[in-house]
Amino acid sequence: MAEQDSGASSGGLKGFTRRGFFSWAAVGWVGFSAAMGGCLTAWGRFMFPNVLFEPPTRFKVGPPEDFTEGMVDERFKETRGIWVINEGGQLYALIAICTHLGCPPNWLAEQNKFKCPCHGSGYYKTGVNFEGPTPRPLERAAISIDPTDGQVVIDLVQKFLHEAGQWNDPASFVQL
Amino acid sequence: MLNFLQKAIVKSQVWKSIFRVGIPTDNRKRALAMLGNVVLHLHPVKVKKSGIRMSYTWCMGGTAFFLFLVETITGLLLMFYYRPTIEYAYVDMVDLREAVAFGIMRELHRWGAHAMVIAVWLHMFRVFMTGSYKPPREFNWNVGVLLLVMTLMLSFTGYLLPWDQLAIWAITVGSNMARATPLLGAEGPGAAFLTLGGQNLVHVGSDARFGLIAGRVIGGATLLRFYVLHCVGIPLIAAFLMAVHFWRVRKDGGISGPV
Repeated sequence: MAEQDSGASSGGLKGFTRRGFFSWAAVGWVGFSAAMGGCLTAWGRFMFPNVLFEPPTRFKVGPPEDFTEGMVDERFKETRGIWVINEGGQLYALIAICTHLGCPPNWLAEQNKFKCPCHGSGYYKTGVNFEGPTPRPLERAAISIDPTDGQVVIDLVQKFLHEAGQWNDPASFVQL
Repeated sequence: MLNFLQKAIVKSQVWKSIFRVGIPTDNRKRALAMLGNVVLHLHPVKVKKSGIRMSYTWCMGGTAFFLFLVETITGLLLMFYYRPTIEYAYVDMVDLREAVAFGIMRELHRWGAHAMVIAVWLHMFRVFMTGSYKPPREFNWNVGVLLLVMTLMLSFTGYLLPWDQLAIWAITVGSNMARATPLLGAEGPGAAFLTLGGQNLVHVGSDARFGLIAGRVIGGATLLRFYVLHCVGIPLIAAFLMAVHFWRVRKDGGISGPV
């Protein structure tokens, strides 16, 4: 019986033992699991694109003289998603994404306010909220003057939040 | 003559290759026919009298499944005319409504989708109110919850496909929730701690929302991704879960009876 348990004597498979079988089976399963894990990881990475067909997040909007005092410039809202505003001697860029749920608000010039069509959040020209469900002001994008050609440069990646006191940051506005 | 014809057909090899056994003559053979036939075995061999009482079941599970079949068939037909690109998606949707023969097909798919969500909710409401989620059916309740999630994901991904203003902004608002995912969302709790050499690992270009919509904003890549998920990915998962769900109904002792 002991011979049979070892499995070595019971047929033509010479040297093929029970212990050996399980050792190889363990190697096989570990290898299979590793391969599956690798496939899953690759699949997960595959779903994250390397190249985006989106407009760049850093762009120029023209010389500061283009923006007249008190005007909300709507030229870049459709393509870039920002308003450039010249108010109180400062030039700043408001990101046209409602801080309630992410819709694009509209600038209502005759009422002198931003109004979101989705749920009715309202903001002053500065971007500070005053009505509707939104809990906080609009965000400002980084704005600067390119020293080489004097044009205004907007960087959407760097954001400035009023409630965090970041609108005092010199990168959040251009002093005219 | 008719008798001869019947014999010639029933005794033929073609007939016998399809229907391996003859017409069952006793209860045992009838039960075996149900068990042995791929189409008939989907239905239980025995059904409780209470299980077919409409006032108890509302037939909402069956209705939800029926609507899933309606969505599969109408959706398959829509795929012959719809192209999931920014250039064509909206006009193809209008074309399906205005110009394609049986323009009602798109409305059937749309209204069927609304009805399916409602039917699934009512089904769960009935199961909850009759206590049918209790042991031994607690596992199947969990499968049902996953099926609810699949139904809502089908509804969500299908919402983008008309590519009109409502679709784009609804998906913008909806996918913004993914920003708040713990650790995996750029604005979620804990994400700020995942840094490597001062660089944020989880940002708007690498977080859960980015993986979901294939970009920082809803665009052509999102449309294509949601189309594939809507037509292939989620229906496959839902079909598998449904198979488990129906099988467990039977294994857990059939439809629960009134107490």
